[in-house]
Formats: sequence, C-alpha cells, structure tokens
Amino acid sequence: MAAPPPDPQFVLRGTSAAVHALHFSCGGQEPDVPILFSGSENGLINVWNLKTRRVDKALDGHGRKSVCWVETMDGKDRLLSQGRDQRICLWDLAEGRTSVMDSVFTESVGFCRCSLLKVAQGRWLMAMAAKALDEVQVLELPSKTSVCTLKPEAGAKLGMPMCLKLWQINCDSQPLLLSGYEDGSVVLWNLSMGKVLSQLFCHQEPVMSLDFDSEKAKGISGSSEKVLSIWSLNEQQNLQVHTTHRLVNAGISDITIRPDKKILATAGWDHRIRVFGWKKLKPLAVLDYHTATVHCVSFSDHKNPSERLLAAGSKDHRISIWSIYTQT
Amino acid sequence: SEARGAAMATAVESALREALAGPAPGAAALGALRDGLAAAGGPAALGRRQRERFGALLRSLAAAAAEGPEEPAGPWRSCFVEGPPGLALSALLGALGDAGRRLQPIVEVLERFVREGRLAALMWEVCQQQARGGPAELQDALLAGVVALPDRVSNSLRGRNPAVFFPQNYFPLLGAAIVEVLHEISASLRGGSDCSISFVSQVLGKVCVHGRQKEILSVLVPRLADLTKSDCIWQRICWRLVECVPERWMEAVVLGFVQRAPGADVLSRLLGNLVVKNKQAQFVVTQKFLLLQYGYTTAVLQNLLGYLSLDSLRRALLIKVLQELLETWSSSSAVKHSPAEQQEYISKAILICLSHLKEPEIESCRQELLTSMMEGVKCHLDSSLPQIRRLGMIVAESISSKINTDGPVLKFQYEEDDEARELKSLLVQAPSICAVPSLPDDNDDDLTPYDMSEDKELKKTKAPVYIRDCIEVLTGSEDTDKWEATVKALESLVRKNPAATREVSVELAKILLHLEEKTCIEGFAELRQRAQVAVLTVDPIPVAQYLTSQFYSLNYSLRQRMDILDVLVLAARELSFPKVHGKIKHVEKPCVQLLPGSDSSNDWRKIVDERIKSKTRRFAKGPSQVQVASGPNEFNSVAGHFFFPLLQNFDRPLSTFDLLGEDHFVLGRLVHTLAVLMYLAVNTVAVTAMGKALMEFVWALRFHTDSYVRQGLLSCISSVLLSVPAEHLLNNMTEELLETQSWLGDVVEKDPDGDCRRLALQNLLLMENLKKKLNKTVPS
Repeated sequence: MAAPPPDPQFVLRGTSAAVHALHFSCGGQEPDVPILFSGSENGLINVWNLKTRRVDKALDGHGRKSVCWVETMDGKDRLLSQGRDQRICLWDLAEGRTSVMDSVFTESVGFCRCSLLKVAQGRWLMAMAAKALDEVQVLELPSKTSVCTLKPEAGAKLGMPMCLKLWQINCDSQPLLLSGYEDGSVVLWNLSMGKVLSQLFCHQEPVMSLDFDSEKAKGISGSSEKVLSIWSLNEQQNLQVHTTHRLVNAGISDITIRPDKKILATAGWDHRIRVFGWKKLKPLAVLDYHTATVHCVSFSDHKNPSERLLAAGSKDHRISIWSIYTQT
Repeated sequence: SEARGAAMATAVESALREALAGPAPGAAALGALRDGLAAAGGPAALGRRQRERFGALLRSLAAAAAEGPEEPAGPWRSCFVEGPPGLALSALLGALGDAGRRLQPIVEVLERFVREGRLAALMWEVCQQQARGGPAELQDALLAGVVALPDRVSNSLRGRNPAVFFPQNYFPLLGAAIVEVLHEISASLRGGSDCSISFVSQVLGKVCVHGRQKEILSVLVPRLADLTKSDCIWQRICWRLVECVPERWMEAVVLGFVQRAPGADVLSRLLGNLVVKNKQAQFVVTQKFLLLQYGYTTAVLQNLLGYLSLDSLRRALLIKVLQELLETWSSSSAVKHSPAEQQEYISKAILICLSHLKEPEIESCRQELLTSMMEGVKCHLDSSLPQIRRLGMIVAESISSKINTDGPVLKFQYEEDDEARELKSLLVQAPSICAVPSLPDDNDDDLTPYDMSEDKELKKTKAPVYIRDCIEVLTGSEDTDKWEATVKALESLVRKNPAATREVSVELAKILLHLEEKTCIEGFAELRQRAQVAVLTVDPIPVAQYLTSQFYSLNYSLRQRMDILDVLVLAARELSFPKVHGKIKHVEKPCVQLLPGSDSSNDWRKIVDERIKSKTRRFAKGPSQVQVASGPNEFNSVAGHFFFPLLQNFDRPLSTFDLLGEDHFVLGRLVHTLAVLMYLAVNTVAVTAMGKALMEFVWALRFHTDSYVRQGLLSCISSVLLSVPAEHLLNNMTEELLETQSWLGDVVEKDPDGDCRRLALQNLLLMENLKKKLNKTVPS
C-alpha cells in the first residue's frame, strides 16, 4: 500500500486574488532570505519572505490588471513582470526600493506568458507575443532592441501563440524558441533566420503550457484536453511525438520540469497538482489541496537539494508550498 | 556343416530319448540334453518330432515339479529357459492351471523365463511359424498366455506374486520384448526374407484392449518414434504393426497411440495412412473420438486432427470431419441436450480443424461454413448458460475470421479470461515465440509513488439534496451533468431519508425501472440497481407489490424483467440480515464482549484486552469470538409480498412475453430468484406456505428442457429443504417429498447436465439428513 500523499508544508494566504504567476529566488547566500514572488489577478506582485512566511512587499505597477508572469534577472533585485495591461515592467528592488526602472509595451492582448533566457553576462533575450495576433517578438534586454519577429507563413493558421520557451543547448550555441499555438501545434523557431525548423501537432486544443529539457532534447506540453504530450527533438531538428499520457481530468494550465530534470509538476484545472518522474513520465503523486483551478507551479532554486520546494498558485487565492522528492 | 548339424540333432535326439525313458529324468540326462541343444544352435534347430518329444519332456518336468513327491533333480529349470519358448510357456501355464501342491518352483521358472528375454524369443518363434503357416490354436493359446500371464500368476498365488508380474512391471517388459522382435523382423526384411508380424500386433491389441495401453506404449511409442525418424523400413514395420491389429482391438490401440504420441508429426510417422486403409480405424478416429466421446485432452485433439492434416489423402477426411463437427455444433438439439463439456470439446475440435485449413480448402467450403456459422451462432446465443453462449461467440468469431480474410469479421463482447484465450490460441498453429525480456532501462524507479487512488474525475455539478428534486431531474431535466450527479447520489439520499422516500416510493420505483442511460456513466446499471434496492428496502410492501405486478405486465424488455428479479433478491437479502440502527453492520474485527460494568473499568479492560490480543498469536479464530449482530428480521413481515405474486402468472403467455416458450432464460432467472427468496425466508412465518407453493411450482416444470431452468428448480428444492422446519415438511408435504425424491433419483442418473446431477445428489443427501434428524428426535 502506497503512502498517502503529503500535505503542503505551508500555505501562503492573503493575496486576496487568484494567483497567476510564481517565481522563487532562493539561491542567494546567507543572510539573504529565500523569497517567492507571486503575481495575482488584482495586479499586485507580492514578495513573500519564506522564513517568516509573510509578505515583505507588495508591488503595484500594472494598473490593477492581472499579473501573469514574474521572473528575476540575476538575483532578486531585478524583477521582470508581465501584466494584462500589456506592459512588461522591470523592477529595481535593491536596497528596499520598489520602483519600475523600465517597461515595454507589448500591444499583445493574449494570455501568452513571456520567456526569458540569459545568453551572456548582462545580456538576456526575452520572447513575447507581439501586436499581430500570430506573431512572436524577441527582444534583447536590457537594451530592448528587437532581435527578430517570428511570423508564421501565410496560410499556416496557427492562431495565437499560447506559451513560449527560449532555450539553447549550451551558452555558445544559437538560441532557439519553442512556442505552443492555439491550433494545438508546437513549433520550433530558428531565431537568426526567423524560420520554422519543425512543427508538431501535439493537441486537438490550444497548447496551454510547455516545458523543454535541452539535455535530453525532450519536451512536454499540456492543453485543455485530458492528455499530456511528450515529444522529442531529433538530430535533424525535427519534433516527434514520443508518448502521450492520459489524465483523469481535462485541463493543464502550467507545466514545469524541476531544474535537476528528475521530476515535473503540472497545474490542473481539476484543482490538483500532479507530480511525474521525468524519465518515463511515471505518475508519482496527485496533490489535492486547492479548491479551485491551479494556475501555476514553480520549483525553487535552493542550492541545497533537500531544501527544494514546489509552489502552486491557485484561483482560490492561496499558494501552497510543498516539499516533495527532495532526497533524489 | 550339414552333416555336423545332423550329428548334433542325433545327439539331442538320444538325450531326449534317454531323459524320457524313466519315470523321472535324471540329472545326467538333462545335462546332456542342454549340451546337445547348445551345440545344435538353440531350439530353432529342432525338427518336428524332436519338438514333440521336447514338449512332452517339459510337460512331465513341470508336472513333476508341481505334483511330484519332490522337485526333479539336476538343471531342469534351465530346460525351460533354453528350450523352445512356446513349448516351455505352455508347459508352465499347464502346471500353473492344475493348481498343484507346489507352485513356487513353477513361478520361479516363469520369472526367469520373463527376465531372461524369453518373451521376445517366444514371439519371434511364433512369427516365424506363422510365416510357415503354423497351427493357429497353439498361437491363440500362447497369445492368451502372454497377455494374461500377470493375472494367471496372481490368481494361482492369490496375490503373493513376485514384483515382475505386477502389471506396471510386466507390460513395459513386454513392450521392450516387442521392440526386440521388431528388430529381428527388420533384420530379416533387410535380409530379403518375408516375415509375419501379425502375432506381435495381436499381442499389442490384446494388451491395449485389456487397458494396459499406458504401460506398454510408454515403452513402445518413444522407441518407435526414435526408430522411424529416418528409416522407411522401420516406418513400414510400424504401420504394418498397427494395421495387423484385429478389428475388435483396433480402437484401443489407436487411442493408445493418439494419447501417447508426443506430437502430430510423430503420430503420422507411427500410423501412416491407417485411417485411409482401415475402416475401423477411420470410424474410430473421425467419429468416435470426436463426436461420440469427449473426455480427451486438448493435446489429444491436436494430435488427432494434426495427424489428419499431415497427408493429402487424409486432408479430405479432415474437411469431412470439420463438416460433421459443424453440423453438430450448429444443431439446436445438440446445443440444448448435450453436456457443456462435450460442447466445449467439439468447439475446440472445430477451432483446431480451422487452424489446419488452407486458403483454397476454405474457399471450397466457404458457403457451408457460413451457413453452419449462422445456424450455430443463433442456437448458441439462445442458450441460457453463459459458457455455451460464449463458446458460440468464440467459434463464430473464429469461423468468420477464417472465411472473411479481407471483409468485416464478427466481433462479440465477452470477458477475455484464460479459458477464452486458450480457446482462441487453438486457432493459431505457429509455435509461440518466447518473449524477449526487455532490457532494464533507465527509469524512475528510485522515485516511489504516493497513493493516487483518490485521483478521480471531478464532479461538476452538485447533486440534489431532496428526493422530490431527484424525481424532477430524472423525469424532466435536460441538464445531463445534473442528471448524472442525481443518479450517483440517489441511493444514499434514499437511505438517509426513509420518511421522505416513503411518500413517493412507488413513483420512484417506477421511474427507476424505466430509467435509461442518458449519458455514458461508468457503472450506470449498478447505480440504478442500488437505488432500486434502496427504495425497495425502505418501503418494502408497496414497492414489492408494484415490482412483482410489473414483472408479468405488457411491454417490458427482458432486461427490465430481469432487473425486477435482481432487485427483489438483493432487497430480500438486505432485509433478512440483522441490522443495527438501520445500517447493515459489518462485524469486521472479532471483539471481546465485555460484561457490563462501570465506564472507567471498561476503558482499562479494553486497553488491556487489546494489548493481550496484539501480543498473542492465535492459530485459529473460532466463531465464538465473533459477536453476531442481532436484530429483528425485517423480511419476516414482507416475505410473502416478494414471493407469491411471482408464482402467479408464469403459465399465462402475454403477447410479448412467454415464459414457457422462448423466454426460457427469464424463466431460469425467475426460478433461481424464487430459490433465493425461499432460502432467505428461513425463520419467517410464511415459510411453510411458501415452501408448499414452491414445491408445486417445481413439480409443474420438472421436465423443462433448459438445463439452466432445471438447475434453478433443484436449487428451489434445496431451499425448501433448508428453510422449512423439518416437522412442517413431514407433516404438510409428505407426498410432495416422496414424489420429489423419486424425480431426484432420476435426475442423478439421467440428466445430461453435470451441475443438475450434482444438485440433485445434494438434495438427496439433504433429504437423507432430514430423515436421520427425524429418527433421532422421534425414536420409533
């Protein structure tokens, strides 16, 4: 008889709105405290102190419009946030400041979260949905210069981009972009040529989230259907379906592979967080705590593996924090 | 050398004359005789006259050994082992048959005779004589002697016979002797001289017909299989050996070979085209083993049909066999009246035949196959026994897949269990390929999963909380989610609100009886049934009245009528079990019953008892530890309402429902239901009246052709015997019981269905027990 699934280690309450974005910043040395950023539907970004489990600061920069993505740039002092006000803000949080240093107007009305990739010291690439419905734009940060605009061929009918993932095999190689579209396909883009390298129909419904493991050249995507699709990239840069995994309930809003590539977590519309082994997609746990749709899942970046945490943000205004499979 | 041989013969002649001269041959004379015989080159060198003399000598020696004042002197025993084997055996058997005073020496000589390989010499001698046209009477006597030797010895010694004459030892020895003779025959054939094998065949046939196939063929078949592997002379010898078996013994021999051969190819080598040449063998193989008998294993069937398929001459028979098998399979009378085991046997044979057929052969009889399939599937699906229905489905699927190689094929839904898989595997001839174990791959095994059993589908809508709301949803709602939630919640709602249910119980029962699956819900039938049972248990009388009246009403499907029966049974079972506070109490752990005392002492006693229990190993948990829940039997007051209405109208056919006609499956269910209700009515007031009515009902239907119905009737009898108190049975139903007893006797002897015979026997035992009980209580 398998052990019953664990309870959350603790729960963060008090966002007073649905939680849509989470990001840990726990990699700093003492005396830095581990921090969790959360973005909520009321437009606030909460900075949670994981020692005291209280909100340290609340950042209000998106005009009370929902925040759907938060990400740090080199430590916890620089924060990027994306809101439904069509703006991406760069926050300066050093020495207690809470000011918006810079912002980008995306002109995109969709729900597509951005993707950030550090390509060199002090140089980042950020992919975001652009003004035209089916376009993705890649900017270089912090200069905000446009690197390329990825536009599907006329007649491709991919629909809007739904989720993005910038990645590179190693720091010298070309950055590539994987994007999931409204028509259920996942497309691999070459940024320098602005060309489609490969396209794979993974789902019948829009791709809600995807994550990719560049070491194994294998990725996973979820949609509003009952299946998770696992696909791989072969040496000819072609995407191929690897397997699919059937879920009990339909709808996946977020998928994240843990940085050590051992396990992955999904955020389900059925209020549940599912944990799988990444190698074979062996189902490991179904964490049933939330009482409404789970919007996002995120793994912490603790240096010590045993301290690693999993956080999930839900429509029920709560953020559950879990300590699971930390010994492997 | 002619002259030398003649000289030797003269020496034997004179020795014989000398030995026969006195009243008892002397030691010196016997010694001279042995020397002379050895010098002449064995008994084969003897002339006719000399053989006669030798026979007389052996007879007198045997008589002297058995009857005389003392054993003959000198090496008399060796004369029997070294002399002509036929004469020796007749002389010994003669002495044995006379039942003389001293049998021990005779038996000892016989034992030497058997052990020193004289059986082979005997058979070879007879074979040679037959080739020359020897006397037939003598051969028959020897045949009987050789085969019956263990019995003869055992009879004479009254069971104290030596181990070599035990059948399990003797017949393997005889088998080895036959192989030896066959070697001689093979050598003689290779030498260019003709030879008769028929005596060996007779020995083999007679041994087999005496039921010693296993012992003799366990030696013969492996040796012959080996010898015939790559030698066509040996194959011909083997074929002749079986062909020459007299007709009356053919069946036993062929059966022995079919059962012992390790495979169809070996069987084909051993028997050759026997079935084509020999009418008796053909009848046995193509009719008797397949259509008249059914006790053989699947391996035997595979041997048999594989043998038929391995030669072009025999393949014609294979197709004929298949046609005959299909004729039986598709005959509704056979399906109705023959035992289930036989039907399974025939189905297996059909599948094996199909596996051997080739494309052009199927082409030639496609139309016939199709016709038989349609006929057969119809009468199988009509059967009320599930295993017969399934057999029909599997065979029909197989035929269909064989005749429609490119078109659509039949596909039935049935449970894929081991039996079904075994049957289907018969259709494939290819030897199974061993699965290559997959290499250990990198996997997530170091991660232990948590329990995920709670990961179920999310319910979207809330179920109604009032019974009346449920009725509304079930009758009128277009909201399928709500409908689904209602169906799922109804049972618990009914049980939680008995008073509210009683207000609308019949209406609810009506709705549930007519409820159809609107959306695809997992386990819909079970959910509906549980709700029906709940309604019936909450308000038994009106709902039972409603349901039983509907059972005989117009315009219901068979499914609905059977639902009614199931619901009645389940509710009756629930009502008749003791309950505590309206809930069925499951006594899970045997617990120690405490004497009433103060609460505080109770607590520590409990703790101490628990601790003792946890530290004590118990090897048996007797019923004394189980606290049997007690409570009023709620079935008592309502049993009649469940039971009697069902008995009323079974013989009145409606336009859509004819229990005594083609709806015999529902009749079977009805009879079984009545049996269960009767059983559950034990200790109720109405039980005697119910028993009487049920006995009448059984009597009216006792010769029903459907075995499922008969099984139900026999269960009814058991229920009556178990439920009705013994004195009521004997006072009120004496005649019925006597009639029933004689009918049961008939069933035990004659019923083709094994389950019926078993049930009838059980009933007779129950009656026997009843008698004993009565004798104990009323000593006459």
